[in-house]
Amino acid sequence: MAITVQIPTALRRLTGGNGKVSCSAANVGELLSVLDQQFPELKPHLRDEAGQIRRFLNIYVNEEDIRFLGGSDYAFQDGDEILLVPSIAGGCA
Amino acid sequence: MSHYELRCRECGKAWGNQPRSICDDCFSPLEVSYDYEALREVVSPERISNRAPNMWRYADLLPLSDDFHPILPVGFTPLFQAPQLAKQFGATNLFIKNDAVCLPTLSFKDRVVAVALANARNFGFDTVACSSTGNLANAVAAQAARNGFKAWIFIPADLEPAKVLGTQVFGAKLVRIAGSYDQVNRLCSQIADEHPWGFVNVNLRPYYAEGSKTVGFEIAEQLGWRLPDNVVVPMAGGSLITKIKKAFDELIKLGLVEPKPVRIFGAQATGCSPISTAVKTGESDIEPQKPATIARSLAIGNPADGHYAIKTIRESGGWAEDVSDRAVVDSIQLLAQTEGVFTETAGGVTVGCARKLYQQDRILPDETTVLCITGNGLKTTDVLSGHYQAEEPIRPKVAEFEALLQRATENPDEIRETVEV
Repeated sequence: MAITVQIPTALRRLTGGNGKVSCSAANVGELLSVLDQQFPELKPHLRDEAGQIRRFLNIYVNEEDIRFLGGSDYAFQDGDEILLVPSIAGGCA
Repeated sequence: MSHYELRCRECGKAWGNQPRSICDDCFSPLEVSYDYEALREVVSPERISNRAPNMWRYADLLPLSDDFHPILPVGFTPLFQAPQLAKQFGATNLFIKNDAVCLPTLSFKDRVVAVALANARNFGFDTVACSSTGNLANAVAAQAARNGFKAWIFIPADLEPAKVLGTQVFGAKLVRIAGSYDQVNRLCSQIADEHPWGFVNVNLRPYYAEGSKTVGFEIAEQLGWRLPDNVVVPMAGGSLITKIKKAFDELIKLGLVEPKPVRIFGAQATGCSPISTAVKTGESDIEPQKPATIARSLAIGNPADGHYAIKTIRESGGWAEDVSDRAVVDSIQLLAQTEGVFTETAGGVTVGCARKLYQQDRILPDETTVLCITGNGLKTTDVLSGHYQAEEPIRPKVAEFEALLQRATENPDEIRETVEV
């Protein structure tokens, strides 16, 4: 599936300044593998020592939190736009 | 050399002082850490008590530069015993910490914004911004006006009218987003990435969050420099509850109070309960939810500090509960009718959950227990609409009043019955 991934500013130094990456991947697992391969320096920022997606990294597909779409089981559709957003901010209390 | 700096909460890397909230290395949140050795030399109860009665009396324990001069008194809200509410719960030692009257905008958010804007000034921003469920919007708008910042405020489009008006009146630029708070929040993370603004709860978040500690400092000082047995705290993003715990820990570390364990209890609305659900099921991370509750100030389905809130509650020996929207409204009325405090929906959540915690014997009747009331009922009057009937007017004649009084005495419910069932 052809998808695009938005890279947050903080991580663009690891993607050669690239803010948008187009690639082909069937799901999140594959996507991370593709990114690992393309940008080896990015890997430790997205995965922890055990290779799991970092706890404070939120992944959105077409602006929906991927956890509402089935998480790692979600099958990417052609043209999906993926956002990597650090988990920050909070409104009240 | 400043007495505080940012450190990664997970990998410990030091980041100095700058507008940033995440560690580039491991994507984890940053937290302000202090030189406690140095602080122990200077801080004492007398030094604090001799200062003006506002949150700046704890300036030593906040991320504020040495040349910071506050121009707005914020915080130091009343803490008082709540005997009549306690009676309802079968309790004897219950206190209210009343941030419904926090100045300038009647919620505890004034505290965090005060610290955030001090740092926004330090970093040279001329524009401040936030994503908000309402109270934060009010606080940023008001304090931006007072401090001479431009303000951009991002809110979910369906916020309570009083919170919308209470933002616009200060001249802030309001952006209504057709979506949930979690979507507003995600959008703000993206906007903060592109615009050189001081987003109080994005790039200024570590500083901002420290302001919440003053709730904990005040509770301890107002109890006579001692810690309570329990606190009950409403949870949205989960930051306040972790910062109250941090405040208690710091007071112990600095020798300002006798060390003692405090059980920390979290309160949510059932319609948005990712943190209380995780506590109850034993998970260490939250499962995000789509909020559906009248407690809109707590309607965050993907709480950024959820993980830490769960940890704080569990490690303290506390618990988390959640209550229905119906119980939220009943609890707002109960607090008003027993103690004369009119709180917003978040306060209803706290009171409602406290009742459950007493019923479950998780809080015992004679333990010193503090309920954190974080916002004012005048901002969420819409949830009470239909609950009170407008009385038929009488003519301005003593005889008509006497007749009314007679009816009221014979049938007290006719006048006194205020809750529509």
